[in-house]
Amino acid sequence: MPIVVILVVFQVVVLRQQLPNLKQIVSGFVLVLVGLALFLVGLNDALFPIGETMAAQLTSSNVASSVADVRWADYLMVYAFAAAVGFATTVAEPSLIAVSIKAESASGGAINAWGLRLAVAVGVATGVSLGCFRIVTGTPLQWYIMASYAVVLILTIFASKTIMPLAYDSGGVTTSTVTVPVVAALGLGLASDVPGRNPLVDGFGLIAFASVFPIMTVLGYSLIVAKLTSPTPPSPSEEE
Amino acid sequence: MTDILNAIVRRILSALRDLAPIFIVIAFFQIAVLQQSFPNLGDTIVGLVCVVLGLAIFTQGLESGLFPLGEAIAQAFARKSSVVALLSFAFCLGFGTTVAEPALIAVAAEAADVVAQAGLISSSENARDAYAFTLRIVVALSVGVAVVIGVVRILKGWPIHVMIISGYVFVTVLTFFAPAEIIGIAYDSGGVTTGTVTVPLLTALGVGLATSIRGRNPMVDGFGLIAFASLTPIIFVLAYGLVL
Repeated sequence: MPIVVILVVFQVVVLRQQLPNLKQIVSGFVLVLVGLALFLVGLNDALFPIGETMAAQLTSSNVASSVADVRWADYLMVYAFAAAVGFATTVAEPSLIAVSIKAESASGGAINAWGLRLAVAVGVATGVSLGCFRIVTGTPLQWYIMASYAVVLILTIFASKTIMPLAYDSGGVTTSTVTVPVVAALGLGLASDVPGRNPLVDGFGLIAFASVFPIMTVLGYSLIVAKLTSPTPPSPSEEE
Repeated sequence: MTDILNAIVRRILSALRDLAPIFIVIAFFQIAVLQQSFPNLGDTIVGLVCVVLGLAIFTQGLESGLFPLGEAIAQAFARKSSVVALLSFAFCLGFGTTVAEPALIAVAAEAADVVAQAGLISSSENARDAYAFTLRIVVALSVGVAVVIGVVRILKGWPIHVMIISGYVFVTVLTFFAPAEIIGIAYDSGGVTTGTVTVPLLTALGVGLATSIRGRNPMVDGFGLIAFASLTPIIFVLAYGLVL
């Protein structure tokens, strides 16, 4: 763990001071590592194999024989699966849990940790689903991403200054330990099974979608909450 | 110690709540859509128990270990007011945690395979390993730079949206010149960099810095480090594709 080395070196050499509650911090650090290891072992044994086989089966279940046969509507089940997986993996993402806890305490409870996580999960679901649509239709990734940037730009103009950094952060946070392997397998599987798609050009990019869309939904969520201005934010089933 | 154990029991319940959507989605698609039973039900159940326990222990450790650590470091640096030390710490933290990031290692290896298939590099194992390794270094460097920029922003109180949006504009411009094969990889590399130990630590560091510096607001200035760490890898990898 290079992170431990960096922390120790700077603590000892540069700051030269004792940490308060050293015992508690060390035991907490150990808990984090043990918990994460257990979590990943479990994922590898139980969920990833199933997720990957399912992605493979779904993408190959309706094989079009030639490029001309590819109709985007034939893949509705894939989009639904992509959205469901995007949502579910994001809700379980440990780093998002961490950031939402921090956001709730830093905002003095103005931001609801669950509301934030649901907003991000809806964003990832939309993003991954749209990303699959893009792979099936074979349209260029950069146009989608740039259009998304434009939407983010417009929302930024209206959003409050306090939510902005958090919204931008949520894009990077979502795609981590749980989401990346499943989503990457889905993208590469889909790109190899749809005729006329090149895994190199079309298989990547799902994670990019999953990183941009949460920015929109979190900005949107904050706008909706601000509009309602009720003391308890309602659950954000709305999107964009 | 009993405190921690008690807390863990409570955390297991919330971990179950966090993981319920995954279980439901997988069970639904497996049984209702694909109409198959689970291949190794026993293994799967053991794995699920590990996942729930692991997440519970992890979140407990976050609050008792990682968050206080990040904040203590931030306060110590703020008191010492040595900008050079703070910035070199920021760079090392970004670089060091990213180089070893498992998600990045996986994506870099996959990227090397696909690039080799496309004939952009020779398909020998050496060439692919070298490509994957260089890609990792490029991404790790970019995250190091990103954390430094993010910390400078917190110190100076610059508005984040201006910086992020000019970053987007830069990405857009580079995209026009970069080879098509690298674009998907570049955009994805922005997402994979920020791992599960790095994110809480960076968040605690940012919020801690913003809290201890006078005139900074933890909400307005404390977040945003991860946003930079997700943006600069795109720029660096696109630039790397141009150079290659």
